[in-house]
Formats: sequence, structure tokens, C-alpha cells
Amino acid sequence: MKEIVIQPVSRIEGGAKITITLDDTGNVADAQVNVLELRGFERFCIGRPVEEMPRITTRICGVCPWSHHLASAKACDAVFGVTPPPAGRKLRELCNSIAFMEEHILHFYFLSGGDFVMGPDADYMVRNVFGIAQKLPDVARNVVKVRHMCAHMLEIIAGKAIHPTAAVPGGFSKPLTEAERKQLIPMAQQALELAKFSIDYAKKSIFPAYIDVIKTVGVIKTGFLGTVKNDGTMDMYDGKLRMMDADGKYEDFEAKDYLDYISEKVLPWSFVKFPYNKKWGEFSMDPENPQGIFRVNTLARINVADKISTPLAQAELEEFRATFGRQVQATLLFHWARLIELLYSAEKAIELLNDPEITNTNTRVPVTPRAARGVGCTEAPRGTLIHDYTTDDKGLVTSANLIVATCMNNAPINMSVKQAAKLLIKDGKYDQGILNTVEMTIRAYDPCLSCASHDLNGQLACKLDIVDADGEVIETLTNK
Amino acid sequence: MVRVAEEWFAVCGGCEVSILDIGEPLLDLLPSLEFVHMPVLMDHKLYGQTGEKSKMEIPDADIGIVTGSIRNQENKELAEEMRRKCKIIISLGSCANFGGIPALGNMYTNAQIYDTNYRNDTSTEAGENPSEGLPALTDRVYSVNEVIKVDISIPGCPPTPEWIASALVALLEGKSFSLPERSVCDDCPVVREKKAKVDIRRPLQAPEFTPGRYDNMRCLNEQGILCLGPATRTGCGGSEKTPRCIKAYMPCRGCYGPIRDGANPMVDMMGALSSVGLDPKQIEDRMATFNRFIGSGRLRPMPVR
Ligand code: SF4
Ligand code: SF4
Ligand code: SF4
Repeated sequence: MKEIVIQPVSRIEGGAKITITLDDTGNVADAQVNVLELRGFERFCIGRPVEEMPRITTRICGVCPWSHHLASAKACDAVFGVTPPPAGRKLRELCNSIAFMEEHILHFYFLSGGDFVMGPDADYMVRNVFGIAQKLPDVARNVVKVRHMCAHMLEIIAGKAIHPTAAVPGGFSKPLTEAERKQLIPMAQQALELAKFSIDYAKKSIFPAYIDVIKTVGVIKTGFLGTVKNDGTMDMYDGKLRMMDADGKYEDFEAKDYLDYISEKVLPWSFVKFPYNKKWGEFSMDPENPQGIFRVNTLARINVADKISTPLAQAELEEFRATFGRQVQATLLFHWARLIELLYSAEKAIELLNDPEITNTNTRVPVTPRAARGVGCTEAPRGTLIHDYTTDDKGLVTSANLIVATCMNNAPINMSVKQAAKLLIKDGKYDQGILNTVEMTIRAYDPCLSCASHDLNGQLACKLDIVDADGEVIETLTNK
Repeated sequence: MVRVAEEWFAVCGGCEVSILDIGEPLLDLLPSLEFVHMPVLMDHKLYGQTGEKSKMEIPDADIGIVTGSIRNQENKELAEEMRRKCKIIISLGSCANFGGIPALGNMYTNAQIYDTNYRNDTSTEAGENPSEGLPALTDRVYSVNEVIKVDISIPGCPPTPEWIASALVALLEGKSFSLPERSVCDDCPVVREKKAKVDIRRPLQAPEFTPGRYDNMRCLNEQGILCLGPATRTGCGGSEKTPRCIKAYMPCRGCYGPIRDGANPMVDMMGALSSVGLDPKQIEDRMATFNRFIGSGRLRPMPVR
């Protein structure tokens, strides 16, 4: 028996390690991805005034603070029983679009780009954004500039970009002035240019070189969950949830009814729970016959949506579908889907900035505490995010339930890593390039392990069974 | 060439994004910095690239930047390894310096947290606490300086990119680096008349203000909206000065921590509120509000209700 500890899993959000156990013949007996953080939000939110929640829950994640901020504000709206005025709603949605751009750029270039631009088995000291900066200095400078500019746009609209405060129960605290709107439009256009460049560059210079890897590594079969408008158009801020199975059959439901669909399993070897669709039967991560497993994040949204409302992104969606079909299961295509969303987010931001109503000063309605329950849901860059609060008659939180995107993807991440390790590590032969390729399947999900470990000392444990030639599981180990 | 190592413990990652938010000046700094370990951006592994080592190891570095609070044994060991290998330790962010939001968890016992998560959450099918081979939790949340010696503290949630950049520049030039010991109010452009207009209330409706302007808005505390500006260190506004939450017409919640080492924000706030004629006793959830970001050494489990 030999144990390989890969720590940390790098270029993801949050700390984790992979433990791979080889048996005496040098085959993988097991592998686990362990997340090593502890917080406890669902407990310590109890007792807090509910209007403070949009400011507290941002600290679940500093990479997607806007998603928590907005899901939380929406849950508060529901608790207080109010609907924000149109300008308030649109300002929230505008921030959501810009935050999507900022994060998709961050993920594509800073976190995952090293694997593609430098190669999965390039020297580890250059397989990163510093390496990209050496190899493609102009691209890197522009990327750094535009990502930073997106953060600056959020500051103009909301004062603070990381851990924002402007989305409040009942709307948005800061109206947008005409001068600010004028300042923002050329910035959004610059971001759109980078989005166009990125997808063209990737289609020309990245994906073709890795098409065999994309078609084989990390591929699993699951259902998908994402948000759509009533007519099936993709939406990132609001709408119905669409739960689609691996064959394309789907049901749409209101986010507040999520408990009818989603249940979370507690397994002894992981601090992070395993959400699954209980309507599809008993939970199982068996790769041959997975049960109840669905995925969220970019590829899931691309798969469930009938169409996209903006022209450039819609054209890319059509090309994507013509190439790969609709129920796309290849995990590494999360990256391609991410670039389609980057384009959509930039187009959407420009559309909202050109909406005359966006500068209306009526952005917020007053609220009054009451005993109630409220569910807020939005699409985060990493997938569907649900906040569910209950309050007493003073408006203090009595219980909070949070299901974050990376938790939703917990089982699929486990399954993809397991698949990749089985495929790549054979007869005791492995090197850092192979181990990095296993890590690449985790990166495709853009996991936020800080988010996943919001509730407890989150270990996103990944158990890799090692299977013999007949597909028999030789051994199954649990966390070390 | 200065060698830099970066590690994170119980974090949200916002501090790391704030490092990136230095933006183009960071690209200009890069030629004089050599990053040797930084899990968020690069692949250096603690146990060797193929996991061949049996002991965790980071390379020697001149500067070690650490973020996040200490929540388990693993965090603690990693902090100690950083201390051993780095000449200068910078604790970055309010989590690292005072526990941050995660230290609100210190109001509850670990057992209560487990109960909520694995048995009482609405969508959860109740189970035993996961335990197989998971790292031991510390009894509470600790700030980094409760565990190892820290040389430079940069608070903030997240800290301003300007502060991070100027600390790095100062270290490169061999100069000392210090932070202003002023309050958020000192950089706040609003109008203060030293007398509250109305009683203290929760921020459930908008204050009075003119969109696009701050210089004619009455101080939020004086408008009765609890603002922790008087007891919080300034800096969030960066070079533009105006505090960030004020820019959104929202009250400060204290994310930059106390004005100076050893200051007691609870006492400072009581004083500031009383001096404008407000009654701090009217504040809902006082303990957690005044210690929102600084609970590592201050918050203790609540008595069972
Ligand atoms: S200090 Fe704030 S930004 Fe930094 S890790 Fe903690 S919560 Fe995140
Ligand atoms: S209390 Fe708040 S609003 Fe008033 S001056 Fe201080 S920071 Fe500004
Ligand atoms: S105003 Fe206060 S709470 Fe807001 S960013 Fe500044 S220090 Fe933090």
C-alpha cells in the first residue's frame, strides 16, 4: 500500500487535498478530495437581525460575494413580504452580470488557464497566471486590466465590490446617477470585447488541442439544474428552477419549493453534505448507475436553457449545440460553457445600462420585521444558490439553511475525480502531469470550497474506489 | 528579488482577490517578487509535486502572507510551518487579525454547530457527525496572532489593495510600514451636528441623502441608523478616502477592526452613541453587532436559552 498526498489542490477557491491510495500492484485503491476549513454559518446566523444577513453571508465567499449578497437579499424580501421597485431590481441584476464577468475572467485566465496555455504537464512553477504573463504578456495585461475594471464598475454602482452592502431587503441602497451610467457604458463595452476575444481564442488555440482529453477525462452521466425564465430562456438572477435528467426530461419549479426536490445526504467520510434529487430515487454515486445526481454551474445552465436572450451568446450556444448536442456530459466543457456565459453577461450588462429605468431614484421600499420564512435563490457563477431563512416576530433569524453551488456539485466532483483517476493512473505509473490532469477535472467545476465548507469543517471528501479489469471494486477506503 | 509565500486558513478568499485587485501595479511589482508558494494561483505542493514527502514543507521565503482564521489543527500546523520558513509574516485581513466573521461561531459550541448542520437543517437527512479521518477542530476560532508571532498586521475585510501594495513596496525598499490610527468617521464626508435627530433604529428604511452626493448627508448615527464608524479603523476608502459602505449610503459594520491595538470598540461605541444622545441599550443583538468582525478573543458561547 502506498499513499500519495497531493496537498493543496491548487488554483481553486479554498483549501483541499487529494489522497490517493495505491494497492500492492500499484493500482489506485482509493482517492479522496478533502477540504480543510471550518466555519459554521448556519448556526451563527441564528439570533442575528435578518436584515444583517446580506452583509454577513457575503463572507461565505470572497470570490462570489455578490451571489450570496443577492440570494440573501432576495430571501429577506420574501421574509419581509416585499417586492423591490424596478430600478432596485435592475441594479441588483446589473451587479450580478458584472460579478459574473469578473469571476468568469478570473477563473478562465487566473485559475484554469495555466493548464491550457502552458499545458497540463508543464513545469509547476510556470503552469499558472505568472507563466501566462511571460508567454502572452499583452493578453495577460489586458486580462488583469479588464478584470480589475469589472471590480471598479461594481464599486461605482455599489460602493464596495468585495463583500458589498448595497442590496438591502426591499431593494438597493444606492441609486445610479446619470453620470455614473455614462462612465460605465464604455467599460462594459471593453469587457464585451475581452469576452469576444476569449471565446475566439479558446475555440482556435485551446479546445482543439485538448479535444481528446475533453472527450474522455472526467466524463460522467448526470442530470442538470439551472434557472430559466417562463419561456425557457437562460437567466442568471431570477426565474424558475429547471431540473433536467440525463435524458433531457425536465420539471420546472419555484425556488421556494426546493425542499420537494432537493435533499442532502450526510456521509460518514465527508463534512460536506451531498445534495441530490430525491424524486429520482435513492442517492447513489455508482458511476455505472448514478441515482439522484445532478450538476449545476455553467454547463448545467447551458444544458437546461432552451435559448439565450442576447444575440452573440445565442449564436455561440447554437454552435456549441451543433458540435456537442444538448445533454453534454463532458466535464471539461464547463470551460467552453463558461465563455458563452461571459459573453452573455457582458451583453446583459450593456442592455441593463441602456435601460432608461436604471437611473430611477426609487430603488428601495421600507420593510417591517415579522415572523416569516423566506427563500432566496439566484444563479452564482458556480451554479444554483439557495438561502432559506426563518424569523421570529422581531425579525431575528431562528433558522437558516444554505445550499451553495459547490455543495450541489459535491457528488459529481467526486464522480469525475474518480473517473479521471481510474483512467489515468495505471500500474503504479504516475507523474505530476497526470496528477495535475486529475486536478483539472476538479478545476472545471470552478469549485468554491470556502462556500462548500460554510457550514462545517468542510471536507469535500472524494472516495476513489479502485476497480479491477472486470469492473469489480477491489477496495474502498474512506478518509484518512 | 524578494521571495513570497502565501497561505490561507479558514477563509472566504476575498483577501486573495484583494491582492489581485492591486491590478496593473501588481504586474509592475512582479519582476521584484518571486512567488514560491501560493495555492490559489500556483501548483507548489506541500508534500512534493507527486506527494513523495512525508512532512509538510513550504520553501524558505522572505515574506509570508497569511489569511483566514485558525479553525482546525491543520490550519495551526500550516501557520507554524509558515512561521518557521518566512522571515516576515504579514497577517492579512480581519479573519487573520481578529477572527473575522467566522469568529461569530465562537458564540456557539462545536457540538451546537454539528447539531445544526447534520440533524436540524431542513433539507438534511439526519446523520451522525462525519468523523472518519477528518482533522480535529480547535475548540474555538483563533486569530493568527493568537497562534504564531506576526510581524505586520493588515486588517480589513477585505483589506484595501493600496495597503497591501504599500506594505510590499515598503518591505522591498527596506522601510517600515504602519497604518493610520484614525477612525472611519475621520474620513467620512457627511455632516455632523453632534446631536441625534431621532432614536436609534434598525436599517430597515433608507436614510435621507441626495443621490450622487455625500457631503450634505447627515451622519447616519445622527439619523438614528447604527453606524460603527466611530470605533473602526479607517482605510476601506483607499486613496478616495470616503468609506465604502457610506458610498452606498449604508452604515459601517466595523470590518476593519479596532482603531488601534488594544482599543475596545464596544466601549468606544457606547461613548460615541451616548455623546450624541443615543441609547445603546436599544440596539438589537448588541454583543454580536459590536464584535461582528473581532470575535476571536471576545465572543464566548452563549448561555443555553
Ligand atoms: S478577512 Fe474578510 S475577505 Fe479576508 S478571508 Fe476573512 S472574510 Fe474573507
Ligand atoms: S458614524 Fe458613520 S456616518 Fe457618521 S461620520 Fe462616522 S462613519 Fe460617517
Ligand atoms: S465602512 Fe466600515 S464596514 Fe464598510 S467597508 Fe469600511 S470599515 Fe468595512
